Amino acid sequence: MSPNPQLNPRGELRHLLSIEGLPREVLLHILDTARSFLSVTEREIKKVPLLRGKSVFNLFFEPSTRTRTTFEIAAKRLSADVINLNVATSSQTKGETLLDTVDNLAAMHADMFVVRHATSGAPYLIARHVSPEIHVINAGDGRHAHPTQALLDVFTVRHYKGGFEHLKVAIVGDVLHSRVARSEIHALTSLGVPEVRVVAPRTLVPPHVEKMGVRVCHDPAEGLQGVDVVMMLRLQNERMRGALLPSAREFFRHYGLTPERLALAAPDAIVMHPGPMNRGVEIDSAVADGPQSVILPQVTFGIAVRMAVMAILAGSAP
Amino acid sequence: MRLAITGGLLVDPAAGTETRADLYVAEGRIVAAGEAPQGFRADRVLDAAGLVVCPGLVDLWARLGGPGAGLDGELAAAVAGGVTRLACPPDSDPPLDEPGLVEMLARHADSTALAQVHPVGALTCGLAGEKLAELGALSQAGCVAFSQGDRPVADLVVLWRALQYATTFGFRVWLHPEDGSLARGGVAHDGEVAGRLGLPGIPALAETVAVATALLLARDTGTRLHLTRLSCADSVEMVRRARAEGMEVTCDVSVHHLHLSELDLGYFDPLCRLEPPLRSQRDRDALAHGVADGTIQAVCSDHRPLDEDDKQLPFGEAGAGATGLELLLPLTLKWALHERLALPSALAPVTTGPARVLGLELPSLAPGAAADLCLFDPGAWWTVERATLRSRGANTPFSGYELSGRVRCTLVAGRVVYESR
Repeated sequence: MSPNPQLNPRGELRHLLSIEGLPREVLLHILDTARSFLSVTEREIKKVPLLRGKSVFNLFFEPSTRTRTTFEIAAKRLSADVINLNVATSSQTKGETLLDTVDNLAAMHADMFVVRHATSGAPYLIARHVSPEIHVINAGDGRHAHPTQALLDVFTVRHYKGGFEHLKVAIVGDVLHSRVARSEIHALTSLGVPEVRVVAPRTLVPPHVEKMGVRVCHDPAEGLQGVDVVMMLRLQNERMRGALLPSAREFFRHYGLTPERLALAAPDAIVMHPGPMNRGVEIDSAVADGPQSVILPQVTFGIAVRMAVMAILAGSAP
Repeated sequence: MRLAITGGLLVDPAAGTETRADLYVAEGRIVAAGEAPQGFRADRVLDAAGLVVCPGLVDLWARLGGPGAGLDGELAAAVAGGVTRLACPPDSDPPLDEPGLVEMLARHADSTALAQVHPVGALTCGLAGEKLAELGALSQAGCVAFSQGDRPVADLVVLWRALQYATTFGFRVWLHPEDGSLARGGVAHDGEVAGRLGLPGIPALAETVAVATALLLARDTGTRLHLTRLSCADSVEMVRRARAEGMEVTCDVSVHHLHLSELDLGYFDPLCRLEPPLRSQRDRDALAHGVADGTIQAVCSDHRPLDEDDKQLPFGEAGAGATGLELLLPLTLKWALHERLALPSALAPVTTGPARVLGLELPSLAPGAAADLCLFDPGAWWTVERATLRSRGANTPFSGYELSGRVRCTLVAGRVVYESR
C-alpha cells in the first residue's frame, strides 16, 4: 500500500483529504491555529496577508453554496485570489476528463485546489496527479470524507466543552451515506473522545462501522442517554422514501431530535448540525432554535477552521 | 518440424509427475520423453536447462476486445504468458450471439497462429436476458459453452428455460453468479473497507444468492453448470456441499482473488477495481484453499486489458478489470508456494483443471499428446510494468510487484510461437 498521500516525508500536512490517518498533533495544530484566526474574523479589517499572491481554485463538481462560500471567505481573509469554478455545469459536461480539467487549471498557476466531487476518492486522484507544490483540500467527496466540516465540528465541541477526553458523543441519522459522519468519527476518536455512538436504523449504518471505534445504537433513547454532544446528520431527500426508509415522517417519529428526546442527554448537552437542516425531518425547530443549539456558531467557526487549514498547507514544504 | 527439448524439468500435472528428461516433438505431437525414438533427427534443439517444461496453460476467462480490435496483440500476450488455449466470454462489443461473429472471431484467431481461442457463446440475444440465442447454430460455429458474461439474467423464468434448453442438447452453461439487484450501484465489497471509504458496496449476498439460485436451477434441469470467478468463502462452501452431494458442478476463480483482498484498495487504488470485487481476507483464504483442495477446478486470468484513461478516474468511475494473461503463471506459482504445493499440483488448476471444464483432450506430456508446451524459468524474477507486458493494458493491481516465474518459450502444436531469452 502507498504511504499516506496527505503527509510529506517530514510528516507535515501536504493535502487535507481525510481525517483518517492524521496524527492527533496535526489535528490539534489545526484547531489551535483556527482559534488564533477566530479573532481575525471578529476584527473590523478581517484580513491577514498569509496567502497574498496565491491562487485558490474552488473546484466544485457537485453543487454547494454554503461550503463553497465559506471556503471563499476563508481564502479572501487570507488575502488569496479566489477563482470559483462550478464544473458541474461546464467542461465535464462537454466530456473533458477530471484530470484534464485539473491540468488546465494547474497551468493557470493554481496554488491550491478546494475540491468537491460526487465520487468517493476523487480528491485522492487529483492529489496524486498534481505537481508537489500544489495543495488539495477535500471539500466533500461522495460518501467518503468532509474533513473541514469535521474539524469545525470538533472545534465547536472544544469551544463549548473545553476538551474531548471526558465526553460522550452521539451522531444521529443517515451514517451510511454521510461523508460528514465518517470524518466526525475519525476526528472524535483521534482526539480521544472515549465514547462515540452512532444512532440510526439498520438500513442507514455502514457495514462494520463498529471497527471505526463507535458503538451502534438502533434505539435513540439508548443512543442519546447522557451524551454531552448530539451531532445530527442531514437526511438527503432521495433517501426519505424507498427501501431504506418508508417516509420522512416515520424517520422523524423514530429518530427526529425533539425536546423530549434531547432531555435524555446531559442537561448541558449541545446540539450540532452540518446544515442545511430539514426541520421536522431530523430535527424539531424547537431544538434547532433552542438554547442548546450551536448550529449557527458552527458556521462562524467554519471560516476560522478553513483559514487555518489553508494557512498550514500553504506554509508546508512540498 | 522435429524438436528436441533438452535438459528441462518435465512437469506433467495429468500424471502428477516431475522428471528431468528430454522431450521429443514431431508433427505437432509429443513423440517421446527420455530416450529419443529410433532414428529421430531434430530440426531444432531447444535448450531447457534450468527451465520447467509443462503443458501450455488453459485460461477459462480472457477478454480479447471482441472480434478484430486488438486481438492479435492480446493473443501475443497470451503466448508470452505461456497460455496456449483460452476461452473468450461473450460480453464483447458486439456480444457473441450470432454464429457469424463467432466464426469471424475463430477465423481471426486461427490466422494469428498463436493461442487457440474457444469462444463462449451468448446464452440470450444481446445478453439482454430475454430471448434465447440460437445455441445450436452457435455451437456449430465453435462455441464450447454458453454464458451471460457479467450480465445476469434478471428473470428467473428465462434462466430456468435457458438451462432446460441448453441441457436438451448437452450444452455447458457458465454463469458468473451475481444478482443484479443486490449488486446494483456497488463498486467494492460491502465490507469494512468500503464502509470506511464511503464506496457503494456489493454485498457477498449478491454472489451467494446467485450461486444458490444457479445450483437449484441446475439441479432441477440437470445442467452441466460451471460457475465463473467466485469471490466469496460462502460460495466455495456451497459448491463444496453440492459436489459432495453428487452434483457435477465446477467453478473457477480469478488469479487476483487468490492474492488480494479489500485491504489492497488502500487509498482508492483504481487498479484494484475488479469484477467481482476484492473481498475480505477470509474470502481470499477460502478461495486459495478451495483451489488447493479441488473444490475449485480452475484458476483463470480474468484478463481485461484497459486503456490508461479507463483507470485515471476516481475509483467508482474507473473501468473494472485487470490485465492478467501474462500474470497467470507467476501468480499461480506464488499461490502454490503459499499452499506448499509441488509443481504438478501447482499447475493443475491452469492446465488439466480448466481443460476438463472445457471438455478438451487433457493436456499432458505423454507421447501422443498435443505439443502445446510452456517452458518457463521458475527462479527468474521480473517486475510487472508497462515495459515487461505485451498486452494492450498495463492495468494490474500487481503493477510494480516483483514476481518469480518467467516464460521463456511457448509452443502451440509443436511450433515455437513465443521465445525470449
